Amino acid sequence: MSGTFVGMPAFPEAAREAVHDATLRGNLRHATHTIRAKRAKAVAEVSDWATLREAGKRIKDHTLRRLDRYLEQLEESVTAAGGTVHWAADADEANRIVADLVKATGESEVVKVKSMATQEIGLNEALEAEGIRAYETDLAELIVQLGRDRPSHILVPAIHRNRGEIRDIFRREMGEWGRPAPDRLTDTPAELTEAARLHLREKFLRAKVGISGANFMVAETGTLVVVESEGNGRMCLTLPETLISVVGIEKIVPTWRDLEVFLQTLPRSSTAERMNPYTSMWTGTTDGDGPRAFHLVLLDNGRTDTLADEVGRQALRCIRCSACLNVCPVYERAGGHAYGSVYPGPIGAILSPQLRGTGSEIDASLPYASSLCGACYEVCPVAIDIPEVLVHLRERVVEGGQVTSRGDKVVLKPAKGHAAERAAMRAARWAFSRPAALRTGQRLASRTRRLHPRTLPGPGRAWSGTRDLPQVPAEPFRDWWLRTNGGKDGAK
Amino acid sequence: MRVALFLTCVNDTLYPDTGRAVVKLLTRLGVDVDFPMAQTCCGQAHYNTGYRHEAEPLARHFSDVFGEYDAIVTPSGSCGAMVRELYPRMGERARAEGRGDSLAATLAPVVPRTYELTEFLVDVLEVTDVGAYYPHRVTYHPTCHGLRSLGLGERPLRLLRAVEGLELAELPGAEECCGFGGTFALKNPDVSAAMGADKVRNAASTGAEVLCAADNSCLMHIGGTMARLRTGMRPVHIAEILASTKEDPAV
Ligand code: SF4
Repeated sequence: MSGTFVGMPAFPEAAREAVHDATLRGNLRHATHTIRAKRAKAVAEVSDWATLREAGKRIKDHTLRRLDRYLEQLEESVTAAGGTVHWAADADEANRIVADLVKATGESEVVKVKSMATQEIGLNEALEAEGIRAYETDLAELIVQLGRDRPSHILVPAIHRNRGEIRDIFRREMGEWGRPAPDRLTDTPAELTEAARLHLREKFLRAKVGISGANFMVAETGTLVVVESEGNGRMCLTLPETLISVVGIEKIVPTWRDLEVFLQTLPRSSTAERMNPYTSMWTGTTDGDGPRAFHLVLLDNGRTDTLADEVGRQALRCIRCSACLNVCPVYERAGGHAYGSVYPGPIGAILSPQLRGTGSEIDASLPYASSLCGACYEVCPVAIDIPEVLVHLRERVVEGGQVTSRGDKVVLKPAKGHAAERAAMRAARWAFSRPAALRTGQRLASRTRRLHPRTLPGPGRAWSGTRDLPQVPAEPFRDWWLRTNGGKDGAK
Repeated sequence: MRVALFLTCVNDTLYPDTGRAVVKLLTRLGVDVDFPMAQTCCGQAHYNTGYRHEAEPLARHFSDVFGEYDAIVTPSGSCGAMVRELYPRMGERARAEGRGDSLAATLAPVVPRTYELTEFLVDVLEVTDVGAYYPHRVTYHPTCHGLRSLGLGERPLRLLRAVEGLELAELPGAEECCGFGGTFALKNPDVSAAMGADKVRNAASTGAEVLCAADNSCLMHIGGTMARLRTGMRPVHIAEILASTKEDPAV
């Protein structure tokens, strides 16, 4: 994945700052609660939501089980329609392919449609190293790019910014990149949007190369689909001479018909709209219409390895609607940056440690970035049981085990730093396997209850820093039960 | 019907009052309840922290202790969900790992017979008015596992509404997690504390004297936060409210 996130601290530290940043928390709370309520309403309107959700899950599972076959079919249909297919095993390979394709056109700038896949591989930075400037054209991505910032949400990458901050960024930075912001720009949404529109228009009309991702790829026809709200993507997909689409291999659906399910569930889950304003579909090249050259770069980057994991593979069903982010109480407080990946929130917490492995500090901490409340699973339109995968990945962190890495089966050692916890878990299991030992421990705790400290050392300090500890009672339940014969002997 | 009380390790050790309340309540409703002394812990903390293999012997132990009973009642949505939702999954995983059906077969009998307390009252005993008296303003927090894993739905609220003297206040943001999450509270202390504080503020805004829930571990976290934020509210387990009567009121 993108090099930008290497060396991130573990999630708890990264989250701490956000939790105590009042502006950020206010921005996030407002945005997530608004969209959460709207989504619930948009979903409630559909009488067969549960059926649609199940259908989406099945289509994705079916496709993932036969991914090799559908990918071949896609390659055939894209090629037949006049496109060229390239296969990229990892981020470096994908970046190299795209850079070479751009260079072959003789251009040194490209316009980009908002795309998670190109962020995942750090394409903009890779292109910059080759002397190619990539302009983001999605409004929120533009804000992030101009602000030299990182996206913090799948759908609303600048969710962590409020209007005032956006106006300041526009005023300060737009001139550096092209058409400057109008004088006396205010922070009203209409003025901000208009400033972005004028700034971007210049780019659309000039650029000869467009780069996109895709929400879906239809195997039978070789059609790619981008679903968006602003229409900026459509400009990039139709105006340039060359179009390069970088798409994760899991984005495939077998038939055109399958889209009918996702074009209902995606907009309602993501923007809470009945139908998104723009759905663009393109198939290869057509004389006199749209790009002359079309390249599809199919990105693996850890997806085949993820597919090999029986429990974790369901993460590949994700259609990136971001509903799970908007309901997640942890995301709401920690913000997207704390997840150290372009995939924040609950889906990021299970996807990143699978695509990148659990080797780094941040990746080993992500499976714990959840209270397992289950709200993410409840809203997911393709029924990804995120809590199940989180627990599965926790097991991988603390116990190690077999995983597939670059196609080979390897045995992972447990991650460092869990020795004390493991010992405590073993000791607790030992005691809990022996009721007599448990009882001795309880009695000891009761007898020494007056001596118990009000604050705890070690990991417990985190608890007693913000919460009072419960007091150990004078008598555990089982002793009362024995003493009173289950209350029958009258004692209370 | 042979009914066993599964009190959970947390309740047994730290919240014996909840256990006494369940016994009192069920006895009043004519259930002869047994407390198998060999019970310990369902293994949830182990499982959810990633120590599935340490949780397996505890699950087997649970089955050995409770396998003979017709119904196993627990005053914890979260431990109830462990048995009902995660024991079958543990069995499946063991099978997928080539360890055969033994774990699944051992755990199977207890899975459908385990009930969270309010489920047992409403679904099995088919009562909603348990004859309780509790003259206080109460707000109810549905804990996540009870709400989403077990699907308790309206059951606890129906029981509370039937309590004489009880004034039920609606909790804003009721379905949001309180931030406990077992080891989450220790591993992500800042986020957990922020979630707890928001929950407590929402509860305080209702003007209730009591926040009630069906899980003592969440109540431990919420109650500890309440005390620190000096709201003057008290956390009370739903069993204690339902057990309270005019003759023998809960304090
Ligand atoms: S995991 Fe589900 S809810 Fe989250 S972004 Fe993906 S599809 Fe949407």
